[in-house]
Amino acid sequence: MSLKQKTLDLKKRMREALEGGGTQAIEKQKSGGKLIARERILALLDPKSFHEYDLFVEHAAKDFDMDKKYLPGDGVITGTGTIFGYPVCIYAQDFTVAGGSLGYMHAKKITKIMDHAMKMNVPLIGINDSGGARIQEGVNSLAGYGEIFYRNTQASGVIPQISVILGPCAGGAVYSPALTDFVFVVDKISKMFITGPEVIKTVLGEEISMEELGGAKIHAEISGNAHFYAESEQECFEQIKRLVSFIPWNNTRRALPFVKKEPNTKNYNIEKIFPSDPKQPYDVRDIIRAVSDDSDFLEVQERFARNIVIGFGRINGETVGFVANQPLYLAGVLDVDSSDKAARFIRFCDAFNIPLVTFVDLPGYLPGIDQEHAGVIRHGAKVLYAYSEATVPKITVITRKAYGGGYIAMCSRHLKADFVFAWPTAEIAVMGPEGAANIIFRKEIMEAEDPEKMRQQKIKEYKDKFANPYVAAAYGYVDAVIEPRETREFLVHSLEISINKNEKGPFKKHGIPPF
Amino acid sequence: MAKKTKQMHQVKPEFFHLILDDTSYKTLPIRKYTSRKKYQRKDDSLINAIIPGIIGKIYVKEGDEVHHGDKLLELEAMKMYNQILSPLNGKVKKISVASGDKVTKDQLLIEIEPFTANE
Repeated sequence: MSLKQKTLDLKKRMREALEGGGTQAIEKQKSGGKLIARERILALLDPKSFHEYDLFVEHAAKDFDMDKKYLPGDGVITGTGTIFGYPVCIYAQDFTVAGGSLGYMHAKKITKIMDHAMKMNVPLIGINDSGGARIQEGVNSLAGYGEIFYRNTQASGVIPQISVILGPCAGGAVYSPALTDFVFVVDKISKMFITGPEVIKTVLGEEISMEELGGAKIHAEISGNAHFYAESEQECFEQIKRLVSFIPWNNTRRALPFVKKEPNTKNYNIEKIFPSDPKQPYDVRDIIRAVSDDSDFLEVQERFARNIVIGFGRINGETVGFVANQPLYLAGVLDVDSSDKAARFIRFCDAFNIPLVTFVDLPGYLPGIDQEHAGVIRHGAKVLYAYSEATVPKITVITRKAYGGGYIAMCSRHLKADFVFAWPTAEIAVMGPEGAANIIFRKEIMEAEDPEKMRQQKIKEYKDKFANPYVAAAYGYVDAVIEPRETREFLVHSLEISINKNEKGPFKKHGIPPF
Repeated sequence: MAKKTKQMHQVKPEFFHLILDDTSYKTLPIRKYTSRKKYQRKDDSLINAIIPGIIGKIYVKEGDEVHHGDKLLELEAMKMYNQILSPLNGKVKKISVASGDKVTKDQLLIEIEPFTANE
C-alpha cells in the first residue's frame, strides 16, 4: 500500500471510531438537551487545541457475547488541550457508547490520562456521563473504579481536579467526583446518588424522583456535593473556564497573575453598603467586590450553607481565596455545613498557594439540638484545623461582631494569621453586650428597683468598655484598626509583604483532621 | 387553588429575627434551617418498625413480662430476619400487629408498660 492508501485507511478507521454509538444513540442524547462527549470537550477547550489519544482502544471483554461487540473508544474520550492557553488533561465518558458504562479498558484509558496529568503536573478535568459499572465485565469494572479513586487521592493537592457531571453518575461512580476539588452540575442533566429511587422504594417504601433525590439543585443547595451550578451545559463550560483562570497549574506554582484593575467603588462603596449596627444584615459579597480587582468575584458553593461565603478574586492581579461570614443569612453563624464548606476551601487554597483573606462578622455558632447531634463539634473543629494548618499568607479583617469561639475560628491571630485588621465597628468579645451584661451583672439587675433600666445601663456600660476593637488591639491581637475605605490598600500592601512567606510546620506523615 | 400555587412560587425569602445570646439579629433563613425537624424524645415503651417489612414470628403475648434484651418479634426486611428486642423491663401492654402483616416504616408494633422503680 502506498502512503496515500495507508492514509485513507487511517481516515476510514478514524471515521468509524468517531461515530461513537451511532446516529440513533446520538439523536437520543441530543433530544435530552445534552451535547455528545466530543462536542463537550470541544466546547470547553480552546479552539483546535484538543488532541485525542487512545481512539482505537477496544474493550477486552469476552463473556456474555461481548466479544462480538464493537464499542468505539470503549465509551470514553481522552486527550489533552488548553483553556486560555493553560494546559489540561481531559476525559469525557460517551453515553452513546454502551451507556458510557465503565469496563476494564474504559477505566484504563481514564487512569492513563490521569497518570499523564500527574506526570505533566497539569489540571485534570473529568466529564462524567455513565450508567455505571459495565456488569458484563464483572470484577474488572470494580477494579477500574478503584484504580481511579486511588489516583484521585494521590493527585489531591498536587494538581487541581475538576469533575463535571453531565448525566447520570450513580453508585460507586460518584466517589471519583467526590474525591476531586470542584464538582460542576447542570440543572435537569446531572444526577448523582449512591442508591437510586427504585432501591429506596423497595427497601424503605419511600417514593422520591431522581431529581429530588440527586438532581443538580439538591447537590448545589442541600448535600453540598456540588460546587458550581449551571442552567445549561454552555453556562457550565463558561464557569469551568473562569475557575481555571483563578487557580494554578499545580501545587508548585502560583496562579497566573492578571493585569491589576481597581474595584468599581461606585457600585461597591463600603461606606454605603455596610451598616455599623451589628444586628443589621448586608451582603458580604458586596464588601468582597469592594476590595477585589475589577470587583470580580467567583463564588464557590453559592447555594450551599449561604451563611458563609467562599470564592476567588484577585488583589493587585494575584488570586486570593476569600472566606467571609455572611450576615445576610442566619446572621453569618458557623454551623455544621458552613464549617465544612469553609474548611475544605481553606485547604484547597493552602494546597495551591492561594493567599487567604478572611472577613469576620459572626455572632458565634448556631445553637440547636439538630446541630449538636449532627456533630457541630467535629465539623466546627475542621475550620480551626484548616486555618491553623494553612501556611499560605493569611490576612484577616474583623468588620463587626467577632464573638466567642467564632472569633477564634475565623483565622484569628491565635491561629497564626499573618495580619489582623479591624474596622472601628469591630466588637471583639466573648459574647454580645446583651448576653454578657445579663450574665456578669445578673445580681445587680435582679436586685435593682427598676431591673430593666439597670439592664440597659449595664448593657451600655459593657458596650462602651468592651464592644470595640481596642481591647484586642491593646494586647496586639489586632495589628491595626483601619477605616473601612482603607481596606483594599492594607490588603494590597500585606499581600505584597507576604510574597516570600515560607512557613513550614513540624515534620509529619500527615495530620489527622476531624474529617 | 390559584392562591396556593402563587404562594408556592413565591421565592422571595423574608427576613426574620435570629436570637443568639439575648441579641436579636435581622437576617434571612436558608432552606435547611427552615426545614429542620423538631427534636422528639424517643419513647422506649413504644416499639416501632425501623424499616418497612413483614412481621414473622411473634414471641410474646399481651400481659407477658419482658426484660431488657428479650425477643419480642421478628421483622423480615431487606432479606433479613431482624430480631426485635425489648429495650426495657416491663409488661407487654398491646400488640398491634399479627404474624404475616406488612408494616410501613415507623409503624407502631408493640407497646410496653415499663416497670416502675419499686417493682
